[in-house]
Amino acid sequence: MNAGPPPPLFVERQTYRLRRLRDAARALPVLALMLWLVPILWSMPGEAVSASGALIYLFGTWAALGLSAGLLIWAIERAERRARAAEDEARARRETAL
Amino acid sequence: MITTNALAAIALTYVMFLFTVAFVAERAARRGHVDWLRAPIVYTLSLSIYCTAWTFYGAVGSAVRGGFEYLTIYLGPSLVMIGWFWGLRKLVRIGRAQRITSIADLISSRYGKSNLLGVGVTLLAVIGTTPYIALQLQSVTLSVDVFAHPESDGSNQLMTAFWVAAGLSLFTVIFGTRNLDANERHHGVVMAIAVEAVVKLFALLAVGVFVVWGLMGGVSEALARVDASALGQWDVQGGRWVGLTMLSAAAFLCLPRMFQVMVVENDSDAQLRLAAWAFPLYMGLMSLFIVPIAVAGLDLLPAGANPDLFVLTVPLSQGQEGLAVLSFLGGFSSATSMVIVAAIALSTMVSNHIVMPVWLHLRRDAASFSGDVRHVVLLSRRLSIMGVLLLGYVYYALSGGGAALSAIGLVSFTGLAQILPALLGGIFWRGATRSGALAGIGIGFAIWMYALFLPSFGEGVILSRAVFETGPFGIAALHPHALFGLGGLDPLMHAVLWSLSLNTIAFFVASMVSFPSPIERLQGAQFVNADLAATGRRGWSGAAAQSEDLMVMAQRILGAREAQALFLREARKQGVSGLLPDPTPQFLEVLERELAGSVGAATAHAMVGQIVGSMRVSVEDLMAVADETAQMMEYSARLEAQSQELTRTARQLREANDKLTRLSVQKDAFLSQISHELRTPMTSIRAFSEIMRDSDALDPGQRAKYASIIHDETLRLTRLLDDLLDLSVLENGQVNLNIRRERLSDLLDRAVAAAAADEMGACIRIDRSTIAEQVVLETDVDRLGQVFINLIANARKYCDARDPALTITVTEDAGGLVIDFIDNGAGVSTEAQDVIFEKFSRVGDQKAGGAGLGLAICRQIMARLGGDIRYLPGQGGAAFRVIVPAALEQAAE
Repeated sequence: MNAGPPPPLFVERQTYRLRRLRDAARALPVLALMLWLVPILWSMPGEAVSASGALIYLFGTWAALGLSAGLLIWAIERAERRARAAEDEARARRETAL
Repeated sequence: MITTNALAAIALTYVMFLFTVAFVAERAARRGHVDWLRAPIVYTLSLSIYCTAWTFYGAVGSAVRGGFEYLTIYLGPSLVMIGWFWGLRKLVRIGRAQRITSIADLISSRYGKSNLLGVGVTLLAVIGTTPYIALQLQSVTLSVDVFAHPESDGSNQLMTAFWVAAGLSLFTVIFGTRNLDANERHHGVVMAIAVEAVVKLFALLAVGVFVVWGLMGGVSEALARVDASALGQWDVQGGRWVGLTMLSAAAFLCLPRMFQVMVVENDSDAQLRLAAWAFPLYMGLMSLFIVPIAVAGLDLLPAGANPDLFVLTVPLSQGQEGLAVLSFLGGFSSATSMVIVAAIALSTMVSNHIVMPVWLHLRRDAASFSGDVRHVVLLSRRLSIMGVLLLGYVYYALSGGGAALSAIGLVSFTGLAQILPALLGGIFWRGATRSGALAGIGIGFAIWMYALFLPSFGEGVILSRAVFETGPFGIAALHPHALFGLGGLDPLMHAVLWSLSLNTIAFFVASMVSFPSPIERLQGAQFVNADLAATGRRGWSGAAAQSEDLMVMAQRILGAREAQALFLREARKQGVSGLLPDPTPQFLEVLERELAGSVGAATAHAMVGQIVGSMRVSVEDLMAVADETAQMMEYSARLEAQSQELTRTARQLREANDKLTRLSVQKDAFLSQISHELRTPMTSIRAFSEIMRDSDALDPGQRAKYASIIHDETLRLTRLLDDLLDLSVLENGQVNLNIRRERLSDLLDRAVAAAAADEMGACIRIDRSTIAEQVVLETDVDRLGQVFINLIANARKYCDARDPALTITVTEDAGGLVIDFIDNGAGVSTEAQDVIFEKFSRVGDQKAGGAGLGLAICRQIMARLGGDIRYLPGQGGAAFRVIVPAALEQAAE
């Protein structure tokens, strides 16, 4: 179906950065899952964890994960804008060259 | 003490306020002011319908009963939102691209628009959601009860529930079925629930702040109180922690109301991007003060108090009536927003997948072909909404609103999570088939019913007590809480484990062994590869629906005569005899446009979509798609070939141009040369003839000498003119070939002798291979000899080696007899190589005489003889190859 040229194997810096940020966006929920599975360990015998400690841990990670997700999305949007700007510029340059 | 009437007035005022918000938003949307309605923050807040009254009130109760387990209900969805890049992004894109109207629509559309699947998912959703709606009604009535007299009786509760249900159905009917939007967006409703989201968060935070700072005296004291309370130790089973987190994450994606706000109401990625991080924070805030409120309730209230109402009763017990009313409004908001959206989502499903197909089926043969289907669709939506709410109310009334209802939240989650394998499989795996989805959902649904839903009514209500003691018919392996002998598990986790795992396995295995229909495969490709086509506007990609259905529908909207005329016209256009055209994409476009003329574009699209079933494809369309691709590829290949040809032609043209330029230069040079060549003998002829005419004192010796000079010069002129004539004859093809047989060696002997006879040029050694020359040729041997003489004479004239030598080799190949003349001189320069065979071409302007016609004549001769002569570069000297055609040579043998 796809008659276009194959996607390039190596990309420019902005696109590279954008892809790594998207990787981070994919990795964040995995981190969240690991952090939020930690309480399983607490229910093991002999591992008494106080309620206040549990509350502080869970809500702390919650806020941190939410804010990191926000930060990451902000960074992705910025990188997308830059990649788009670079692409536009490259296209403009090609057109003037022609 | 606030009276029930005052509370009713407050609630009514609040509802009026919501009506106003919804009304204003709806009007703004109709005027096209949709920017602020589509703001990402509104979307994010609308997601908060996940937090129903069950979570608003019930979270505290759950914390009292099960400790920190309540957090899992919030953590699961937070996980889904933080992981938006994995699944949600794709889901909402598919929802937008395919104009999905509900989760049942998504599933049925993905699996080849299977109405059976649509009906199945709808039934599952109704069965799973009805108790949940009952739960909301219960929470509102309970919260009202808190303010009422302690001795109020049950009938009062039922009345409250009834009026709440009636009011909600009114609101939902008004704002949820206002129009048949093509993409099913409800700006008024979404705006109202966004406002409600703020109210409930504010209410819960206010109660929490009051408890932590007002009652407990600060954060550290509050934490100390928590540690000292019954909740002081972390006490959550690991299995339940993981299981409930996953379950709520699954439910977050599959609940019809969540799907409605998250996918159906979504219209940009920006909305999701804000929600992806802001919604987890919202959830965190919603659950932040649950534990302190629970601890305060346990401390302050009598032992038998209902922990589900602590959010209300704690402020009330402290005399904070204002706060309690705020809290009531928060709970009320949670309940109402959930019910409204759930009713919209369910009514869309019921109407699209059950009522409309049945109605159309029933009316197909009816005599009356008039009437507006739009009204029917809206009416069926409205009736569905009322039906859903009535069902919820009846469920509430019948169940008596006991503690059994509180547990229904997770039961409902589990039921709807059965859609998850088909949903995820549908958007990530092209191999998922309709059979797989049916098998998975069917098995999951059955296990859920048997192991969780029916037992949730209590022992002996629906399933007999005996079933719970010994299993059905005494088969222990089928005990609802210990299927296949897996006992000892918490009943909820047991049901989740069995239903979801068998569901997934059945889905996978049935998908593996079945083969999808073309429609399924096309839909599967469009869903799974949604990113590729994210921007493309979709038209009707064809329909396998019966044209007759379309005809029936069109007649109802356009009127019988107009519709028949339209269909006839289209049928003629397609070249189909009869009245019914094939439902091609083009025809559907036309039909939709015609319908739009009567009922508006959006409605027309929705009607064709809802009644025909959106995005159906016939095999012909698939083939057309494939054909189109093939044509595109062929076209592009042709373009490529053309461009290559153009490049080739351009190069040839450039070469020709270069050659012409060189020829023109040569011609100029020749003209001066030929005039010189003609002039030199003419000058001497004239001079000597004048001398002989004018001077009488010439002795006979002188006279003879002058006469012979004149004679020689005329001979030279004659030779030049002969050459020119010869060439002209050869070029015009007027030459007669004198075919004879002769041995090649004899021919070469004569040529060498003739060439040597010429007085000009150095002596040259000639190497020949006599054996190879023993070939008999049948050709015009005189002409061929002329070529050989020319070549040998050239070598003699131009070979500039100190010890000049000419090698003549003879080889046979498929093309004929090849005779090479290779000398050991400097050869011909590259620029000169392609012009030496031209007329008047002379290499350099050196001493050697001749008009530069020899090789041109050779080429013409060889062309006449059917052979070829060419320059052979890279032989260490000037090298010419003469090819005598094989036919002549063979004829000689």
